[in-house]
Amino acid sequence: MTNHWIDIQHADVIMCIGSNPAENHPISFKYVEKAMDNGAKLISVDPRYTRTSSKADTYAQLRPGTDIAFIGGMMNYILENDLIHKEYVVNYTNAAFLVSDDYKFDDGLFSGYDSENFKYSKESWAYQLDANGNPKRDDSLQNPRSVYQLLKQHYARYTPEKVCEITGTAIQDYMEVIRTFAATGKAGKSATIMYAMGTTQHTYGTQNVRSYAMMQLLLGNIGIAGGGINALRGEANVQGSTDYAILYHILPGYLKVPTYDNKTLKAYNDKWTPKSNDPQSANWWSNTPKYMASLLKAYWGDAATEQNDFCYDYLPKRSGNYSFIKLMERLQNGGFEGLVCMGTNPIVGGPDASAIADGLDGLKWMVAADLWETETSVFWKRPGVDPKTIDTEVFLLPAASSVEKDGSISNSGRWAQWRYKAVNPPGHAESDAFMVDQWVKNLKKMYAEDKKAVFPGPITDLDWNYGDGHEPSIDMVARECNGQFTRDVTIKGKTFKKGQQVPSFAFLQADGSTTSGNWLYCNSYTEQGNMMQRRGQEDPTGMGFYHNWAWCWPVNRRVLYNRASVDLNGKPWNPNKPIISWNKVTRKWEGDVPDGGWAPMKEDGTKSPFIMLPEGYGRLFAGGMADGPFPEHYEPMESPVRNLMTKQQSNPAVAIPGKIDNSGKYPYVGTTYRVSEHWQAGAMTRNLPWLVELVPDMFVEISQGLADWKGLKNGDMVTVTTERGKIEARALVTSRIKPLRVSGKMVEQVGMPWHFGFNGLATGGTANVLTTAVGDANTTIPEYKAFLCNIEKGGLKS
Amino acid sequence: MSVSRRNFLKGGGLAAGSIALTGKPSQASVDKPALRTKGLQTSTTVCPYCAVGCGMIVHRKDGKIVNIEGDPEHPINQGSLCSKGSALFQVANNERRLTKVQYRAPKSDKWEEKSWDWAMERIAKRMKDTRDRNFVKQEKINGEMYTVNRNEGMAMIGAAALDNEECYLLGKFARAMGVSYLEHQARI
Repeated sequence: MTNHWIDIQHADVIMCIGSNPAENHPISFKYVEKAMDNGAKLISVDPRYTRTSSKADTYAQLRPGTDIAFIGGMMNYILENDLIHKEYVVNYTNAAFLVSDDYKFDDGLFSGYDSENFKYSKESWAYQLDANGNPKRDDSLQNPRSVYQLLKQHYARYTPEKVCEITGTAIQDYMEVIRTFAATGKAGKSATIMYAMGTTQHTYGTQNVRSYAMMQLLLGNIGIAGGGINALRGEANVQGSTDYAILYHILPGYLKVPTYDNKTLKAYNDKWTPKSNDPQSANWWSNTPKYMASLLKAYWGDAATEQNDFCYDYLPKRSGNYSFIKLMERLQNGGFEGLVCMGTNPIVGGPDASAIADGLDGLKWMVAADLWETETSVFWKRPGVDPKTIDTEVFLLPAASSVEKDGSISNSGRWAQWRYKAVNPPGHAESDAFMVDQWVKNLKKMYAEDKKAVFPGPITDLDWNYGDGHEPSIDMVARECNGQFTRDVTIKGKTFKKGQQVPSFAFLQADGSTTSGNWLYCNSYTEQGNMMQRRGQEDPTGMGFYHNWAWCWPVNRRVLYNRASVDLNGKPWNPNKPIISWNKVTRKWEGDVPDGGWAPMKEDGTKSPFIMLPEGYGRLFAGGMADGPFPEHYEPMESPVRNLMTKQQSNPAVAIPGKIDNSGKYPYVGTTYRVSEHWQAGAMTRNLPWLVELVPDMFVEISQGLADWKGLKNGDMVTVTTERGKIEARALVTSRIKPLRVSGKMVEQVGMPWHFGFNGLATGGTANVLTTAVGDANTTIPEYKAFLCNIEKGGLKS
Repeated sequence: MSVSRRNFLKGGGLAAGSIALTGKPSQASVDKPALRTKGLQTSTTVCPYCAVGCGMIVHRKDGKIVNIEGDPEHPINQGSLCSKGSALFQVANNERRLTKVQYRAPKSDKWEEKSWDWAMERIAKRMKDTRDRNFVKQEKINGEMYTVNRNEGMAMIGAAALDNEECYLLGKFARAMGVSYLEHQARI
């Protein structure tokens, strides 16, 4: 989230698109309703009429996977009718920047396309540079090569009629959405977008998110109270586990994982540290070398020295994409001996789930740590297989639950909050930290003793000192995550002693004098103590920042990009709802922790608000994307219609996968979602009697019309089939789902929860048996949310 | 079932809260917080389900959790919880929870109980053998040799249910082991 949960109360317009917070983030709805009590309008854009839709002022139905068409049309209306927040757009976004004459867009393809490799070369997606190497600009926005004019031209094709023909939205609903949302392009008005997996789980999911961000930039809605684009994350600590980089492509704090050609630490820093010649650009990532050296020092301690590149060689270097889908492909090809599953259940949660289950059969060993016996941990006795044919050794380790251990988790609003151990885990169960600690201790011994061990240094030199307790001291780990000084040192006029906590990432160094396990969390545990444990309830501004409650990254800043919430003199666009404001007397910002303490934009020596980008301006045009600088509408990999916008059917930057079928064999659009009473792959809810009683069965929602056509009534067993597999479920015949008129024909859609599997107190068909293992061009997030299926009366056994 | 959801959840809460009472009619209503929590120890936690981050109060007695409810002082949820948050009590008290280390031998159709020491040493041995057999020190790409130091024999997945500090340790361990196939729920 750019903002945070409590901030939603400040919005004048709230658009829930690709999300259903009333169902899946119920308590967040407290703030949606609070805003509505103050006159805010709620818009719900969803294929289904959801619990959120039922509370909305406007409900607009759209076909799964057509967000870019929907938002593109909104941007077209905003640009054509000049409803942008012009002062904001000129000064804080790259609208005025001039783009290379070589950049082109023609019938669905951007310049530089390589059709053999499904890739673009991005040289032409660049700014025109002046003699100093800074982007050229035209503040009148009239230059035909300005981002503004190119943007306007790009979306001129997205007329309301064309958009509604693609999305299936009723045009009167669509126009109501546009007029309501576009009215927030004035200083003093705000709109927020709440989105979730309905947005991201597409082959162009990142571009879906970008389209929201671009529209919000045009309306001046980023950085302000009640604004922003807010990802509603689905798991309690999925924000933290991302910040801590349990991902193939990043290291803690979003540092890049080194690639094979980054031969030395210097080569790594040269490659990944962005440069800017603009004195007005903070270019925050120019600090990359400090954060990387501090991470390496946290990993390898005294063994990491300036002379040995801080053990940079010890980090594995990647030569490709090892994301979840690729990992599972390698598993299915017999590429792994071992798999470790820490509280995860991929044969329910992964795309094309049957293929993942089959892949597990080839493992020599598997470790699963969990609270419960999951489908994945008993893959060797799943329905239809003979355990005797499976040679895998499986270890199932009983894990502690959240109330049985100490530690912090980070919510969607980036608040890191501490949880205390209330009781011991049941029986012999142990925390995940205990397990990792035991592996490290055993392996350190084994590698030290084995003279023939392969490349033992990364393990034997690993700095691993978390006390002498039964499990590692979580307090000591939290201190290391923040970072410490490794010697007495004076930085920025302040003297620090060896072993002291680093007060904030502004003090981290590239010379080995500091450690930090995650620079983004530097300031979470200072000499003043563990900030994540704070429970101060003061709210002196009345804006709901709660700066003394827990701690928020970065440096306790509650709203990101907040220096865009003020005009060039530092005065809030909305003086009644200030995030920050400049005090001319004290020459300091007041309110939230500012996004950098520099003076307002009118003054000398200041910095532009978008400090994480080397140019310092919010990107309406983004040259770094894999699939184009502007979001463009394409159809999902499986779609019942041709792309009405261009001749490119699917995202040109994504290779067309196997196991898809667009022949008409599967006539209905399928999508997946969650329900309030269950959670993710289900182990945490399908084992609880209270929740099982509320929602005991797998179901598929279908329209009344489709039910009549198929001779189905509510509660009947049906079989849902795709090119990947088939499952059975109960038919839930409902008016919440309606067919859409798309491209002149009626298209039926069906929806189902993805929580169920064959194991647990409540069991049922696994929706992900049906989904497609093809990923987004930028993130490789699977396209779970749109596929083609068929439905027939009767279950699998009948 | 004729019980509405609202009454159903309320029933669960009352059942949990009433454990703190003697049960005598003179002990007044369970709605009086002072009586309801008498003799209990408390601590705070944050809900493990979605990422709103609702605060909760955990009541325990004699080493057992007897009640979990919304934390009224928490600025986000101000005491309220959804259906899942309200059910956390049943995660802490659930006969389906795993309590012992389980091992399944190749071709076997059942679990065997094992000790932690046995399992952790054996897992570490498997990890070491796999790493040493599948370690790619150098790789030739477009005719040039590059040092990559990757363990290609194993993958590690999952982490969104772990605490930040656990994620940090897991990531540190994975990278020291040369594991590059490291992924979790953020991608899926």
